[in-house]
Amino acid sequence: MDFKLTDEQRLFQTAVRSFCEREIKPYAAEVDETGRLRREALAKMPDLGLVGLQVPEDYGGANFDSISSALAMEELGRACGSTGLSLEAHNELCCMPIVRWGTEDQKGRFLPRLTSGEVLGSLALTEPDSGSDLMGTQTRAVKDGGEWVINGAKVWITNASLAPVIVTLCKTEKDAGSRSFSLILIETDRAGVTIAPPLPKMGTHGSPAHMLTFSDVRVPLDNLLGQEGRGLYMVLETLDSGRIAVGALCVGLAQAAFEEAVRYSTERRAFGKTLADHQAIQFKLADMATQIEAGRLLVYRAAWAKDQGEPYSKLASMAKLFTSEACERAAFEALQIHGGYGYSREFPLERIYRDQRMMSIGEGTSEINRMVIARRLLEEAGA
Amino acid sequence: MHIAVITKSVPDTEAVVSVDAGGKLLAGDKLVVNPWDEYAITEAILLKEAHKAKVTILAVGPEQHNEALKHGLAIGCDQAIRVWDGALEGHDSLVYAKAVAAAIQKLGDVTLVMFGRELPDIASDAHIFQTARKLGWNLLGSVSKIEALDFAAKTIRVRRLVEQGTEVLSSRLPAVISVLKGINEPKYPTFIGIRKASKTEIPVWGLSALGLDAAAAQGQAAVTGYRELPKREGAVEIIEGASAQDKAAKLVEKLFAEKVL
Repeated sequence: MDFKLTDEQRLFQTAVRSFCEREIKPYAAEVDETGRLRREALAKMPDLGLVGLQVPEDYGGANFDSISSALAMEELGRACGSTGLSLEAHNELCCMPIVRWGTEDQKGRFLPRLTSGEVLGSLALTEPDSGSDLMGTQTRAVKDGGEWVINGAKVWITNASLAPVIVTLCKTEKDAGSRSFSLILIETDRAGVTIAPPLPKMGTHGSPAHMLTFSDVRVPLDNLLGQEGRGLYMVLETLDSGRIAVGALCVGLAQAAFEEAVRYSTERRAFGKTLADHQAIQFKLADMATQIEAGRLLVYRAAWAKDQGEPYSKLASMAKLFTSEACERAAFEALQIHGGYGYSREFPLERIYRDQRMMSIGEGTSEINRMVIARRLLEEAGA
Repeated sequence: MHIAVITKSVPDTEAVVSVDAGGKLLAGDKLVVNPWDEYAITEAILLKEAHKAKVTILAVGPEQHNEALKHGLAIGCDQAIRVWDGALEGHDSLVYAKAVAAAIQKLGDVTLVMFGRELPDIASDAHIFQTARKLGWNLLGSVSKIEALDFAAKTIRVRRLVEQGTEVLSSRLPAVISVLKGINEPKYPTFIGIRKASKTEIPVWGLSALGLDAAAAQGQAAVTGYRELPKREGAVEIIEGASAQDKAAKLVEKLFAEKVL
């Protein structure tokens, strides 16, 4: 047992932290206010590997392990929820499926652009009538000559307006059960792709989420990603891995809330002493720090298992479930400690509180993750 | 074409500094690369790229200074050297300068030595002047821009910020320079640099490797103790009065009485 990061992981963590503190954190309020990510920061990300965390170096990525990727996500989340969320979706939901299942041709066509720092990638699963229930996917892809013809609508698609390509879950077979679906790479400049303006939402305003419609969109047959009929399984594997990254993002948001709480409670005075001198506040800080540390360890544990090639689906769901809920508690208590100032837009807590709320919904709600955990542990028990 | 950039790990500039009951200085466990050095390191890398020069990053101190050296390697320095010897413990700035100068001489072909403007933990830049003196090289301090550098002709022209304005100076090489904030935008490490730095074993040069004897490590100045700053004490008094004029008059009276006016 060794809880120390390697030299490479530690140096990377320090470098990402200093990058985030200079390039991202000072602009987080502006990103939230304007609903636009900071393109200047994005453009500087390829050198640090942030836009291709686990993409092979031949395609412009940094080929990091899952722990290093989690370290990066935590730092991004600590600096800005919107930037963190968009980078998570880009790395885990768009780049990784292409890395895992793309042909050499597909990797060469899409990954160098995706790791350029000029764009962010996207994955389209959710539809107006199906979210957690992926089997309800209605978007149809039908073969016509040498092409797929795609029709349907998707909603809550993060990064769609910034993406050159959207990995899209389509129904390619009727009545084949879980083998009815495939992933198809749809370039956003294809005729018939319509990306609506960003959806208004509670938080992570800088990370755009869109409604998409596909109307007789034609892409070549070789835009099929991986095997036909395996789409649903590929999505589940993608989400398993993504949950480690969302967990890390939650740890970052919780850490940011905690740091604000410590700062404020050691400065603000009430009843003749600082807030931090009151035991009621100390208990809140102690609980927050404990939950953050536990969440961080769960994230590292899941990432480590993945790097070792061990089963990690249950651990990833546990990490995502625990950290997203711990992060809400941390944001709640940190805001509570700030009192009226926490509720004010002048302080970062209000933004962190809104940003974290998505984390127990996107990429597997807390309820879905509890289902995954229960299913896995009952399997292990031989039930 | 060999540039040496000198760095140091220092307490985080945001750390809360205090003195404990035993007179020991507490500044948190976290050390960071001297923020001033980040400009010097970046400038050295920019010169390396423009002139195909080699850059060596050097620090004097115990193992924790490896962090600053690895940071330099991750940004693009070619090699790192740490100078340390138990005899250097508690060194003053002159001993530090002797050690740096000896290391530069041992490197042999260095023609430009670069420092960040000062050490923020002790708010001193004496070591920069002393290093130049020990090497017998020209010193160009507070450089805000390197206007021209010609390794072949052994000349450098720099812009310096001085109290009265700016000054453009030329010097022969070798030379020692210290750079200011604003000379560049500090570079971030790259993942390729990080990977290289993490695999690098940093050599340590002790006194004997530098050709220095124990006498050279004997400082002339020593820190005898630390004390907390005296606590600021004061009280707020709200001046009451019927009107603004009345309050102002009372305030002026009080200020006269306290000999403030």
